Amino acid sequence: MMKISLKNLPELYSFIAKKNDLYLPIFKAGQVDFAKWDKDAIVDLNKLKTTKSAKDVFFPQSQDLVRFEVDGKKISIDEPIMPTNKQVIFGVKACDNRSFELLDMAFVEDYPDTFYEMRRANTTIVTLACAKPDEACFCKAYGIDAADPKGDVSTWIVDGYLHWMPNTDKGIELTTEVKDFFELDMDNSAVENQQSEIRAIIDRLPYSNIDLSKFTPDKLLELFNSPKWKALSEACLGCGTCTFVCPTCQCYDVKDFKTKTGVQRFKCWDSCMFADFTKCAHGNTRPSQMQRYRQRFMHKLVYFPSNHDGVYSCVGCGRCVQKCPQMLNIVKVIKTLGEDK
Amino acid sequence: MQEIMKQAKLKAEELLTKGVVNRVIGWTEGDFSYDCSPATFTLDNLDKFVYTEFCGANLSKYLIEESKKEGKILVFLKPCDTYSFNQLIQEHRIKRENIYVVGIECRGKVDIDKLRAFGIDGVLGCKTEGDKLICDTIYGEKTVDKVDVMLEKCLSCKGKKHVVYDELIGEEVVEEPKDRFGMVAQLEAMTEDERYKFWQNELSKCIRCNACRNVCPACSCVHCVFDNPDSNIASKANTDRFEEKLYHIIRAWHVAGRCTDCGECSRVCPQGIPLHLINRKFIKDMNEFYGEYQAGEDTETKAPLNSYTFGDREPHEFDTKEGK
Ligand code: SF4
Ligand code: SF4
Ligand code: SF4
Ligand code: SF4
Ligand code: SF4
Repeated sequence: MMKISLKNLPELYSFIAKKNDLYLPIFKAGQVDFAKWDKDAIVDLNKLKTTKSAKDVFFPQSQDLVRFEVDGKKISIDEPIMPTNKQVIFGVKACDNRSFELLDMAFVEDYPDTFYEMRRANTTIVTLACAKPDEACFCKAYGIDAADPKGDVSTWIVDGYLHWMPNTDKGIELTTEVKDFFELDMDNSAVENQQSEIRAIIDRLPYSNIDLSKFTPDKLLELFNSPKWKALSEACLGCGTCTFVCPTCQCYDVKDFKTKTGVQRFKCWDSCMFADFTKCAHGNTRPSQMQRYRQRFMHKLVYFPSNHDGVYSCVGCGRCVQKCPQMLNIVKVIKTLGEDK
Repeated sequence: MQEIMKQAKLKAEELLTKGVVNRVIGWTEGDFSYDCSPATFTLDNLDKFVYTEFCGANLSKYLIEESKKEGKILVFLKPCDTYSFNQLIQEHRIKRENIYVVGIECRGKVDIDKLRAFGIDGVLGCKTEGDKLICDTIYGEKTVDKVDVMLEKCLSCKGKKHVVYDELIGEEVVEEPKDRFGMVAQLEAMTEDERYKFWQNELSKCIRCNACRNVCPACSCVHCVFDNPDSNIASKANTDRFEEKLYHIIRAWHVAGRCTDCGECSRVCPQGIPLHLINRKFIKDMNEFYGEYQAGEDTETKAPLNSYTFGDREPHEFDTKEGK
C-alpha cells in the first residue's frame, strides 16, 4: 500500500488532470456533486454522499447523438463528438462503485451503448471508504462492503493521510504514473482499524439488515397486485428526484430539438415517475401515479433481478430515502410489502 | 408539540366517528422522525398520524384531487398552508364544500438538510425542548438551536394567523411577520454581472427533476407546457446554459401574483436552489409597483397582474437599465 498526506492532494489532482478529465466531489453553492476538477474547485472528500450519484461520468444527463442540418433540399448529418478523453473519477463510494456494474448489465451486456462503453473503457475509478456512514445507508443489505470499496484503486482517509491500493490493471497503470507523489506504507494497521470501525458502525445501522427475501421473481404477480401500492404512492409528486439522484436508474429518452437550421437529436435521463414516460401514440402505458410508482420499485426489486440472475437494481445508497420531497422511498416499499409473508 | 398532535388526532377521530368527514389528510410517521409523509387516514390507520417539527409539507395541493372524491375530507393546515388553500379556492381548483379545514398551530418546522449541513449526520430521531432540538444520531446525542436549522419558509414566516379555517387547534401565537426581502434587496444591489454569476452558480445545479413545479400549489395546470412534446421546450435535461434558466423564468412568470410564498419549492429542491428568491423578487416588485398584495390572504381581492387601474405604472416607467 502507499499513502499521501492530504495536504499534497491538490498537486496529485493537477498531475492527474494533465492527461485525464478528473472528476471529484466538488462543492458548489451549498451542494457537493461529482464535477470536472480545475484548480479553483473546492474538493470535499468528507462528504459521504454527493447529491447526485456518480453515474453522470458514464451516463450523463444529456448526450448529443446526431445533428441534422437542412438547407433547402439538402440534408447533412453531423456526427456526434465521441467521448475519447481519458477520465479518472476519484472519491467514489462502495455503493456508487457497485452501481457501475449494474449499469454495465444494461448498457454493455443487454443493449450496448457506444458512448457508455467508451467512457467506461476510458475511465479509471478511484474509490474511497466511508468513514462515517449515515442512517439511510443500507449497502450491507446488498452485500456491499463500505470499508473495502473496490474499483480500480481503493483508498482510505485516516489521520491526515490518504491510503492508496490498486486493485486492477488500470489501477496499477494509474499508480505507476503517480507513484512519485506517494510514500510507501508498510503498516496496514491504520487502514485495518478504520475498516473494523466502519463495519461496526454499519452493523448498527437501522436498515443494514433489511429483509429482501420477499422480493423474488416468482412473487412477481403477488407483489404487483398488492393493494398496498395505493397507500405507499399516495403522496408521490411524480417528480424525478428519486430517479435522477439514484445511481442505478438507467432510463433515458431520445428527443429532437428543432434548431433554426435543422434538428439536434439528444438522449437524456428519463424518469418512470414522469407522466409522459414512454408515451406513445395511444397515450401513456401507466396512466396513474400509483402505476408509475409501482414500476420504479418493481423494476429495482423484481423485474431487474428476474432478468439478471437475481441481482437487485439498488445499491442501498439511501439517496432516495434522504431526497424525496415527501419522504417516500424504497425502504418504505421493502418494509411494507416485505411484511406480508 | 406532543400536546397539539394529541388534540389533532382526537379531532380527526371525533369528526370521522361522527361522520362529518370520511377521510383525513395529514402526515404519517416514518422511521427517523424527519421522514414523515403526507397521507390520508381513516379510523383504521389513524394511529400512524403524526404532527411534529418535521411536518413542513403543505397539504393544500393534494386537495385538488382529494376534493373531487366522494364525501368530505378533513385537512390540517398550518398558517402558511392556508394561503395556498385560499389561492386554490380563488382559482377554482378545489371544492370548498368537500373540505373541512382544521387550522393547526405551528412554531416553525425543521429542515433536515440544514441539520446535516450543521454537521449533524446519521439522525435517528429528534425532539424539541424549548428553543432546542435534541437529536439522537448514530454518532451520539446532539443539540442545536432550533432557529439555526429551521426551513427558510419558517425563518421568513408570514405570521401565525390562519387566513381560513373551520376550526382551530392550539394557539395562534401573535408574531410580527418576518422580513422576507432582505436577500432580494442584496441581489438587487449587485451589479448585473455579480447577479448573473450568482444565478448561474445556483441554477447550473438544477437537475430538472421538476419537484419544484410538481409540489407548487400555484402550478396546477393539468398539462404543463414543459411536458408537452410539441412545445419544443419540453425537456428532461438542461441541454445548455440558456435552458437552465428558461424553465425557471417561465415558471416564475407563470406563478407571479399567484405565488403565496409558501416556500415549498425551496423546501423540496434536492439541489438546495433558493427558488424563493426568484418569486420574492416578483412579489417585492408587485408590492412596490401596484401596492401591497399578498396572494391567498383572502379569496376575493384581485391580483395586481389580473386587474387594471389608471394608477398602474406604464411599461416605459420601469427602469430596466439597472436591472431593477
Ligand atoms: S417517490 Fe418522491 S422523489 Fe420519487 S417521484 Fe415520488 S415524490 Fe418524487
Ligand atoms: S433506489 Fe434509492 S437506495 Fe437504491 S440505489 Fe437508488 S437511490 Fe439508492
Ligand atoms: S450506502 Fe454504504 S457505501 Fe454507500 S455511502 Fe453509505 S456506507 Fe458508504
Ligand atoms: S412558487 Fe414556490 S413559494 Fe410560490 S406557491 Fe409555488 S411552491 Fe409556493
Ligand atoms: S426542484 Fe430544484 S433541481 Fe428540481 S427542477 Fe426544481 S430547481 Fe431544478
